[in-house]
Amino acid sequence: MTLETEAVERFRVVGGSPAHHDFVDKVKGSLLYAADWKLPGMLHGKVVRSAVAPGRMVSVDIQEARAIPGVVAVLTAQDVPSNRVVEHASGGLGELTVEMPVLAHDRVRYVGEPVAVVAAVSAEIAEQAAELVAVDYADLPGVFDAEQALREDAPRVHEDGNVLVNWRLSSGDVEAGLAEADVVVEGEYRSQHVEHAYLEPEAGVGWIENGVLTLRVSTQVIEHVTDIAAILELPENKVRVIASYMGGGFGGKEDMTVEPYLALLVWHTKRPVRMIWDRQESMLASTKRHPFVMRYRTGVRRDGTILAQHVDIIGDAGAYPCLSARVLFAGAALSCGPYRTPNASIRSRAVFTNNVPTSAFRGFGAMQVVFGYESQMDRIAERLGLPADEVRRRNFLARGDFIPTGESLETAVAVPETLDRALSRLGERGEPSGPTKRVGRGFACGMQPYGRTIWFYDRASAWLSLLGDGTLLIRTGVTDLGAGQAASLCQIASEILGVALDDISIYIGDTALNPPAGGTFATRQLYMSGNALLTAARELVDRIAPVAAELLDCPADALVFQDGLVRVGKGERLGTGLSLAELVKECGDRGVSTAHLSTWRAEAGTFDPSTGKGGSFPDYTYGTHAADVEVDVETGEVVVLRYVASHDVGRAINPVRVEGQIQGGAMQGLGYALLEDIVLEEGNNVSTLFANYLIPNALDMPDIEVEIVESGEGKGPLGARGIGEPPIAPCAAAIANAITDAIGRRPSRLPMTPERVLELLAEEDQ
Amino acid sequence: MSKVSVNLSVNGSQHEVWVFPNDLLLDVLHDELGLADVRYGCGEGVCGTCTVQLDGEPVSACLLFAVQVTGREITTVRGLLGEDDSLHPIQECFLRHGGAQCGFCTPGMILTAHSLAERANRPSRAEIRYELVGNLCRCTGYTKILDAVEEYVDSRPSEGA
Repeated sequence: MTLETEAVERFRVVGGSPAHHDFVDKVKGSLLYAADWKLPGMLHGKVVRSAVAPGRMVSVDIQEARAIPGVVAVLTAQDVPSNRVVEHASGGLGELTVEMPVLAHDRVRYVGEPVAVVAAVSAEIAEQAAELVAVDYADLPGVFDAEQALREDAPRVHEDGNVLVNWRLSSGDVEAGLAEADVVVEGEYRSQHVEHAYLEPEAGVGWIENGVLTLRVSTQVIEHVTDIAAILELPENKVRVIASYMGGGFGGKEDMTVEPYLALLVWHTKRPVRMIWDRQESMLASTKRHPFVMRYRTGVRRDGTILAQHVDIIGDAGAYPCLSARVLFAGAALSCGPYRTPNASIRSRAVFTNNVPTSAFRGFGAMQVVFGYESQMDRIAERLGLPADEVRRRNFLARGDFIPTGESLETAVAVPETLDRALSRLGERGEPSGPTKRVGRGFACGMQPYGRTIWFYDRASAWLSLLGDGTLLIRTGVTDLGAGQAASLCQIASEILGVALDDISIYIGDTALNPPAGGTFATRQLYMSGNALLTAARELVDRIAPVAAELLDCPADALVFQDGLVRVGKGERLGTGLSLAELVKECGDRGVSTAHLSTWRAEAGTFDPSTGKGGSFPDYTYGTHAADVEVDVETGEVVVLRYVASHDVGRAINPVRVEGQIQGGAMQGLGYALLEDIVLEEGNNVSTLFANYLIPNALDMPDIEVEIVESGEGKGPLGARGIGEPPIAPCAAAIANAITDAIGRRPSRLPMTPERVLELLAEEDQ
Repeated sequence: MSKVSVNLSVNGSQHEVWVFPNDLLLDVLHDELGLADVRYGCGEGVCGTCTVQLDGEPVSACLLFAVQVTGREITTVRGLLGEDDSLHPIQECFLRHGGAQCGFCTPGMILTAHSLAERANRPSRAEIRYELVGNLCRCTGYTKILDAVEEYVDSRPSEGA
């Protein structure tokens, strides 16, 4: 691959895989998560949730609950100063303005909706009291399917209607394109509700310190501090949110979870309160991945060239908006995948139902559609009698090509390299292991954005301070999901400033003390905070290098910051140097600050919903996954024999962590493809146990084999692209294509359980 | 219901604690003894984040009452650390292979793998997979965890050697 050999720039720390502070604490078991905090006089909080939905709340009786010894507070809607979960960031995106109450006051819209909140001296008493909060409901008609919710006569989830948003993107003339096509391929694809299933449930502890309401919680977004202040009608500077290192999040800790309930209880009781959602509560009431119904019509020439594509997406938003408008936008914007589509017409609707709300989940709408467009590509290949990879190669986007929003791609599209690497790694196919077994091979390509949509004017700040002994302090509002967000920043700082990793301390996730970095979502943290940190480190070097140059009697550009030293790297004075500690002292004597704050801004742009044109995402990460499967035609069981995942990551800052992201993302994607399903019966979740909601265990799937491509072309620091979300995206399509190859029938509904595979096998030949 | 006194032997230290008969071992270890490396994950005995070794065998602390384990030796992952907080060789293997991401499942994963290595003579990768089904990980995809455990079991002297 020429791409890699072109990346000739040499790094000392970046590109290696040192185990950093967080890894050591994790293997020791000494990292303290959100639940691992205990304060004197601490109470235990519990949310009371609706057991029915939808329903009108006739009465709420808290007397019996309040009377239990040890119960300190039972709060209902009337106790909430401003009873709205403010979603200010999505303002203007949805067509409907719909409020989500902190605690339901007149009606409940989904099973599990919070109606009251309890604090007691023990978790057991809080739970007992929660069960005694008596709410009388009058039944209301509900709607539990997004397509049914679109009908004129459907019950209204909110008074203004059931369509939260209706995105339309279009380019060219899709009808003319379809008319010109030799072949039009149609497909309908359905995906399911999915649980994030981070192993650390939602948790936090709150207290009041110096008159400031302080919450230490497991969250991806400390910036919700403004929402919490609004709910309590407090000045924003009287609320502080500290983010603990998370035990996984995957988007599920992007909306608020325990925060408003903890905040209410702490403010009301003036005592420390801990709240931990138990697993069953988390499974019942936490947000889920959107089920999509996707309808594709793709017109192609006989040679496989795509002429036009019509896409219609319906996403089940559940009972409240959360981040659905944005998820359905990402689905629309990415629905044509990494292929030139000169004529496209895309409609994408988020629809309210009385199901549990759906929101952010790794992949964020852009992953569901991979199942659609990559199934279409294989269908096109079948219809035309062309190899599946050849059809794709004839349509791959390249730098400079336009996507349906009207933007052109600014960086290399290395998807062909990932395709080559994935397929060649798989090598020869295996033979079936028995008479009822069929083997098949499939692959899927994909593109996922990294960074927020550019109309959010995204920015991130980082602050560095070189201390008197030559050690380094980093402060930034970054939250760490467990993917090494903090450690990667340390690596970049070490690279530029020459401070050993062991001599760097990083403080993250604190609205009071650290400069804001924005939340950890949208695969933005390395891109945004990585660039902020890189900029800060370079600017700090630029400020202190002249002092060193004067002392060492050399030009500033001859200096090398390395191994805790500033050395002369070339010229007459080669080899002389001084320690960073000495340099800091000299800077102090001269009044040169060795602390520095830098804010990095992403490119900005606008999008016009009326024309479906404008800016969307800053850039994309491309990849290909390929799989060999074996299907048992008697039982319908699908065994994944081999699985290769290849992505262009631009530059791997820490290759072991990059591999880990890809392996873990692919494993989640395989669970999505084959196992995972939140089953809702009339809105009632019947999969609230880990015993019946199956995430992959160590036996279920093979090792994920990783092929990293480094094009050096990303917009992140040192040419990196984001890799948090992309590896979950192609899995379902790769497995569906492999199953189709094995049995000659195409799955179009997820997950592809043995029952569904048997149903496919029983179908008459089409 | 009134509290009773139990003697718990944890990581080589003796603790006398007053507990309700229905207090879970998990809650007593985590909240009373401050062992935050024993973690609530599901309360169903499925996910394995509360794994401890009971006389060397991995068990889910969410499925045991504290009063059931008097006289037994309880080991949490902190109990594997050496003098001066030094890492146990199996922890070194996890560190070297990147066998942790968020780290929430890691103590349970290490304890289960450690117990297998004590019991079995150089288990194969397939046997390690089988042993780890009771410890879920949502971040790593297991490959690096398996690499770490494999290196650890391969580094140990084989039986009879």
